[in-house]
Amino acid sequence: MKPLVLALEQEPDQRLDLSPLCPHLLEGKSAKEIAEIELQTTREKVTVGDLFHIRAGSAQTIRFEGGSTRLDNIGFEMKSGEIVVEGDCGKSVGRNLSGGNLIVAGDAGPFAGSCMSGGRLEIWGDAGDFLGAPLEGEMEGMSGGLLILRGSAGARAGDRLRRGTILIEGSAGDYPGSRMIAGTLILLGECGVLPGYLMRRGTIVLANPPALAPTFVDCGVHSLAFASVFSRLLEPESRAAAKLLAGPLNRFAGDMAALGKGEILYPA
Amino acid sequence: MRPMIRNGVRIDDSFAEAFPMRGTAIIITGPNQRWAKQAATTMTGFATSVIGCGAEAGIDRELPKKKTPDGRPGVRVLLFSMSSDTLQTQLVTRIGQCVLTSPGSACFADLDGPDRLSIGDSIRYFGDGWQVSKKFGGRHFWRVPVMDGEFLCEATVGLTKNAVGGGNLLLMGADWKSTMRAAELAVEAMNEVEGVILPFPGGIVRSGSKVGSKYKTMMASTNDAYCPTLRGAVATSLDEDVGCVLEIVIDGLTEKAVADAMRVGIAAIVKLGPENGASRIGAGNYGGKLGPFHFHLKDLLP
Repeated sequence: MKPLVLALEQEPDQRLDLSPLCPHLLEGKSAKEIAEIELQTTREKVTVGDLFHIRAGSAQTIRFEGGSTRLDNIGFEMKSGEIVVEGDCGKSVGRNLSGGNLIVAGDAGPFAGSCMSGGRLEIWGDAGDFLGAPLEGEMEGMSGGLLILRGSAGARAGDRLRRGTILIEGSAGDYPGSRMIAGTLILLGECGVLPGYLMRRGTIVLANPPALAPTFVDCGVHSLAFASVFSRLLEPESRAAAKLLAGPLNRFAGDMAALGKGEILYPA
Repeated sequence: MRPMIRNGVRIDDSFAEAFPMRGTAIIITGPNQRWAKQAATTMTGFATSVIGCGAEAGIDRELPKKKTPDGRPGVRVLLFSMSSDTLQTQLVTRIGQCVLTSPGSACFADLDGPDRLSIGDSIRYFGDGWQVSKKFGGRHFWRVPVMDGEFLCEATVGLTKNAVGGGNLLLMGADWKSTMRAAELAVEAMNEVEGVILPFPGGIVRSGSKVGSKYKTMMASTNDAYCPTLRGAVATSLDEDVGCVLEIVIDGLTEKAVADAMRVGIAAIVKLGPENGASRIGAGNYGGKLGPFHFHLKDLLP
């Protein structure tokens, strides 16, 4: 089946809300109907047809040719199918994602994968602050699925992570895994200050740990069966992550300033 | 009944009568093959017959490092019972007492399916609040802190309602030594078949039973028709050249696996021949009215 292609014709004049352009919402719609969908966030009306050249196809796979940091909410509440963005995207890409596969070839803005609960989000460029995190006032961040960031993340990556796995191949800004409820955050590059700040449960794996907060306590070096299992499960997605988890790991339990049932692991 | 003869071995025109069972499969791994096998052996001990043990269990096969979820040597164990409830109880009791306790072990599901049995979901309470849940993709694990590190255990395992228990072969020979030689060869061949176990000691049972007894309290008693010492005293099923009978019982995850195991078992016995092995092969049944699965020996000949 041919994918539905939306080729961006020029940089938009305002921020746009692309949440209506999801596989399950476009299923069965004609190119004309899709062209009439409104995307504006200001009083100035903008439709899909104004911005994108549409090449009809199965909406189960949507391909954005060209991107812009003004394209917000791509893949919002996506349930199935596939979206590929061949360029950058704005804030909240893949927010509330619950199924399917969402791939961003360029950079993503803040709140990428915010509160996702399933499916797979892969970003080849960098991401802004609050990767996978909840918006203001929400109690839980990402609660399932797999989020892979090939580039680097801003501050507070994995804030209030509850379940699922975040893998960052680049580096991360300050406070990665802050207020984590559970889940797994793996960081292969450099790490900003105070990883796992106020985390309750969950696992943070760091290839290059900075000085840890004194509220993380040394539990020694261990070869954990769970790490070997995750290593093998992650092998198809990232060989570097698989390698990091394969060897013996230092285990620091914390954050003792919160519940203290979480852990930071790094190679021994 | 005119027996069929293959390589001098007489094969009865009879059939093994087998029953539907509930079955499941797990992989137990360990730091090395010895300790993986030790956990599996302990877990499958006292699991010869559902009548007295609650479950029938055994080792399906040993697995190299590359074939296990955590990259350590492992063993695939099959467990069978008559009801899902009993299977659940037996599974958790046996894993809790024999695998959780075994140094360095980890335990994984090895059977898919919509019906699930809990493993880690029950064992986790041993962690007293320090247990950790880990999910990846569709899989869910529990990490339980123990004195040598952590016990990793998959949360649930699939359950099959299509398992078959009670496939069997009766080996009859001149004496104990030659009959045992045939039985050992058959067991070795049958252990190669995937998805089956031979739950009795070393795969072989010498005290086959019949239904009922002269004593009110006994549900089953010795199969006098196949006891060589009673050959002249009862309505015997034995010929004059038979001095020993051994039985091999087979449980499998599918009907086909049980048939395959019986087929390779018969082939091994026939290949050995009657001189140094068994002179006759039979099968146990209850007239065909109790069990829905009938494995006719004539369909399984080499």
